[in-house]
Amino acid sequence: MNYHTPSTFEDAARLAGAAGGVTRFLAGGTDVLVQMRAGMVLPDDLIDLKKIPGVHDIVQGADGGWRIGIAVPGAALGAHAALVADWPGVVEGMELVGSTQVQGRATLAGNLCNGSPAADSVPGLVAAGATVEITGPDGTRSAPVEEIPAGPGKTTLAPGELISAILLPPRGKAGGDAYLRFIPRTEMDIAVAGCAVNLRLEGDTIAEARVALGAVAPRIALAPDCAAAIIGTTLDEAALAALDAAARAACSPIDDKRGTVAFRTEVAGVLARRAAAIAYSRAKGE
Amino acid sequence: MSKIHVTTTVNGDEVEFLADPRESLLDCLRDHLGLTGSKEGCGTGDCGACSVTLDGTLVCSCLVLGVEAEGRQVATIEGMAEGNELHPLQRKFLEHAALQCGFCTPGILVAAKALLEKTPDPTETEVRYWLAGNLCRCTGYDKIIRAVLDAAAEMRQEAA
Ligand SMILES: Cc1cc2nc3c(=O)[nH]c(=O)nc-3n(C[C@H](O)[C@H](O)[C@H](O)COP(=O)(O)OP(=O)(O)OC[C@H]3O[C@@H](n4cnc5c(N)ncnc54)[C@H](O)[C@@H]3O)c2cc1C
Ligand code: FES
Ligand code: FES
Repeated sequence: MNYHTPSTFEDAARLAGAAGGVTRFLAGGTDVLVQMRAGMVLPDDLIDLKKIPGVHDIVQGADGGWRIGIAVPGAALGAHAALVADWPGVVEGMELVGSTQVQGRATLAGNLCNGSPAADSVPGLVAAGATVEITGPDGTRSAPVEEIPAGPGKTTLAPGELISAILLPPRGKAGGDAYLRFIPRTEMDIAVAGCAVNLRLEGDTIAEARVALGAVAPRIALAPDCAAAIIGTTLDEAALAALDAAARAACSPIDDKRGTVAFRTEVAGVLARRAAAIAYSRAKGE
Repeated sequence: MSKIHVTTTVNGDEVEFLADPRESLLDCLRDHLGLTGSKEGCGTGDCGACSVTLDGTLVCSCLVLGVEAEGRQVATIEGMAEGNELHPLQRKFLEHAALQCGFCTPGILVAAKALLEKTPDPTETEVRYWLAGNLCRCTGYDKIIRAVLDAAAEMRQEAA
């Protein structure tokens, strides 16, 4: 295995584009090293991105939006008070990943690009309307986070392309977000269902909303019917019931020892209700 | 497979080793540097027996490559006691019988030390969540939690 430590994203993209065999990027390594250890993935080229300047930084732009470096670990997101104040749902999704030790290493970009349908930080990013900056052999482009997952273990990134930053939009006034997942224990487990809700209020009424579901379909995705169920409402019981039904309708989960189809579907509805209630009270500043 | 020369600092001492780029930091500590205090329980980030700090951040050394340690500061269980003077956490683990086979103990001590540096006065819940990535098959955890809380109390008095 060749271990590379490029000092720019362009070099990283060139290395990846030129590599013929199995190639992986190394951010926190909490997926890559486990897969190497299991013999599932034995990279010919491993491209460590942590020597690229800026990858450890969290920067707020003049418009209030955020640029999060691709090597920022979960623990650093949680320690950033201003980011947590703006996007608590995004941060709480990432903070659910693994143990304290894993939090010291695991990144948003790694969570997204590993391609797990149960990746805990991804629904929050999708609901937030986050985008990724992508550097490839032909230059830089950007894409909404929801366009990256392509089914279990797969992304839509072209060979040689990599994520060079995660971008969160300006929070603006009267907004709130939240992420909840269900696991059979309290820590260190894979989501059986997950839901993120991001909304903006005008007075007491929901003016805008985005809802994303995790672990209940091959891809983490936006659930537009869920958003439609609560937009224009004050999140009263009728709206919550409509949201619950829309979330259940959006599910096409797997059936396994961790949760049956019926269970995952029901729980997705319950989580949608609860996450919406949290996002709503956060938007009200409660 | 060409090996990579790595220079790093372990427990304050500069050390060098030659690593296959696929080797974990845990393997390098144990096999190249003879520091066998950090244990391999799983090799996949689940058990915490391999816990060390890397530039002050608690990590699983089985999920870090040895080559990633280049130029960094690593702290292991071997650096915890000062000479023959045990760290308060180590003493309290003995007092409370917070270990049986001892396999999980180095990792738990390193993890608990990292907690108390950040949070000198943790609640029981905070200790339990912080240590959720450190598995113990013997003690049932209760004595571990008590030992950590007791060590924290002692360390706060000393600092006062
Ligand atoms: C004990 C344990 C518990 C865990 N618990 C959870 C959990 O509760 N929830 C959860 O969602 N996950 C969990 N995980 C999985 C893992 O920690 C997360 O997916 C993590 O966010 C991965 O990030 P990383 O930086 O470590 O990725 P890495 O392992 O460095 O990389 C993962 C993948 O992403 C690619 N990649 C990395 N960075 C980029 C980039 N910038 N551009 C393009 N591709 C890139 C790599 O090529 C690789 O394929 C757990 C893992 C462990 C070991
Ligand atoms: S050996 Fe590293 S976590 Fe188990
Ligand atoms: S004392 Fe045996 S595993 Fe903890």
